[in-house]
Amino acid sequence: MKTAAIQPAPATGRYATESKLSKNWKLMKKHWQYYALVLLPVAYLVIFKYLPIVGVQMAFRDYNVVDGMWGSKWIGLHYFVEFFKSPLFWDIFGNTLKISVTTMIFTFPTPILLALILNEVRDSFFNRFSQTITLAPHFISVVVMSGMIILFLDPKTGMLPKMMEWVGIEPVNFLASVASFKYVYAVSEVWQHVGYSAIIYLAALAGINPELYEAAKMDGASRFKKILHVDIPGISLVMTILLILQIGELTGVGFEKILLLQNPINQPGSEVIATYVYNVGLVNANYSFGTAIGLFNSVINFILLFAVNWISRRVSENSLW
Amino acid sequence: MNKRNAIRESFGDRSFLMAMYVILILIVISILYPLLHILAASFSNPQDVISGAVTIFPAHPTVMAYETLFKNSQVYTGYANTLFYTVVGTAVQVLFTVLLAYPLSRKEFVGRKVLMMAILLTMFFEGGLIPTYLIVKYLHILDTRWALIIPKALFVWQVIIAVTFFRTSIPDEIHESAQLDGCSDAGFLWRIVLPLSKPIIAVLILMYAVADWNSYFDALIYLTKSELFPLQLVLRNILVLSQVSQLSPSVAYQMRRLHGLSDLLKYALIVVSSAPILIFYPFVQKHFVKGMMIGSIKG
Repeated sequence: MKTAAIQPAPATGRYATESKLSKNWKLMKKHWQYYALVLLPVAYLVIFKYLPIVGVQMAFRDYNVVDGMWGSKWIGLHYFVEFFKSPLFWDIFGNTLKISVTTMIFTFPTPILLALILNEVRDSFFNRFSQTITLAPHFISVVVMSGMIILFLDPKTGMLPKMMEWVGIEPVNFLASVASFKYVYAVSEVWQHVGYSAIIYLAALAGINPELYEAAKMDGASRFKKILHVDIPGISLVMTILLILQIGELTGVGFEKILLLQNPINQPGSEVIATYVYNVGLVNANYSFGTAIGLFNSVINFILLFAVNWISRRVSENSLW
Repeated sequence: MNKRNAIRESFGDRSFLMAMYVILILIVISILYPLLHILAASFSNPQDVISGAVTIFPAHPTVMAYETLFKNSQVYTGYANTLFYTVVGTAVQVLFTVLLAYPLSRKEFVGRKVLMMAILLTMFFEGGLIPTYLIVKYLHILDTRWALIIPKALFVWQVIIAVTFFRTSIPDEIHESAQLDGCSDAGFLWRIVLPLSKPIIAVLILMYAVADWNSYFDALIYLTKSELFPLQLVLRNILVLSQVSQLSPSVAYQMRRLHGLSDLLKYALIVVSSAPILIFYPFVQKHFVKGMMIGSIKG
């Protein structure tokens, strides 16, 4: 009995796959134009996204111009070891962590606060006006943003030192200081992107079930209680996801702006892995060395992303996957 | 007792709301003040900028900075180049995005899951700065206008937004009836889907155009000829590296004459380069917000 029942099953299975294959083949022939449409974009992805990924193997080679990225001599982990042993390693690694953690402490909670406040302010003109103004700096280019920071912080003519003088505080040359670089970076990130980052929280707040507010009102909850017990739980999933993503990009963050704000005086506090790849790898043409450091950076980001996602799934049951 | 409680609570709520308003006003001021300060400084004279007499109003209004700026050929070339990179770049990016996203939104496109996976993977794995640079070098497009267009012919995030839009807003019924009428897949995309997709095309154009207008890093690594430089790279040299003498010998001379003109020019440059987007964006703000929403449904 048993064998009889099992016997036909594989046959059906094979029959099913065959028919699925031929069905797919028919679909492909019928819709050949789809493949023509995606041809150019796919070629782009192969050349500019996948070839560089394969090209990462040059981190294990001793790149020279004649043999190129595919044929230069294989030297294994040489450049990784060189980087780990270099006296700069801990400085650069430390700076990367310090700047990104400081930035996260500043940029993670501020959009949430802004969104919660905007959500309370129901006056529609003032609400729209505030949103438009807070969103505006997001569209300023990173070059102009850096230029503004440099102008505003100029110890002789800048706006901020002038204000400090006016209030009676001794003005500081922030950009000529190793210690304050991370704060300059973090605060300017908040200033530029807080409005943009708040949008996603506003959307999440708008999606909260109105019945919950009704219920809270019936229970006599104050505005503050309502924020605490309805708003914040309502956006906690979005909060977790964005936090995980932010931590996953921890060591890759904001490299273009750091590069622009870097000067010889603050460099001990502003050289991060990504700028080091640019300065040493590209500008000085140490291609293999630069690629090795870049690869190290990606690996760290990957480990962080997985670790945080795992912790989050354990702790809050919210996770990316 | 009950009544008193209700009044006290509403008083608490009212003061809480008042506090929210005050905080929001402070936030708005802290963002608006620097922007207005730059605008005011650009219309001031050099002495006022240095002495700090400029607040959000110029002490002695003058258009001196703009006169000097518009005499300068580098700023003109940069502007023209940026217009070219933005217009051509956006056109290519929107075209590539639609070409890739539309088939990915169709269920009868065999292999779409594999392709989607391959696209998503590039968000997490990337070759990094140097391998990408070397590929561009091997293709012999370094130091050509193509270097700022081809290597960023599409952004993955925008493709995802477009796929989500096509999938949710092109009804299957239209597709079936068009097929019965003998409409080809490409013909359907061109004649039916595109006219129905104006909102997403608008969102894509906006996102790509702003990114193209503002980008400098590709130009920094791929270009060495100054006549190809986009505005942002010209700005970087002047704003960040303070190579004001680059503007022109006559400006360098004037600078020595008018101490502080260099700072003034920087303020004017910031205005000239950012004004187009900042004036334009409030009108299209809702499209931007919509684009972010479509993206986040999927993400």
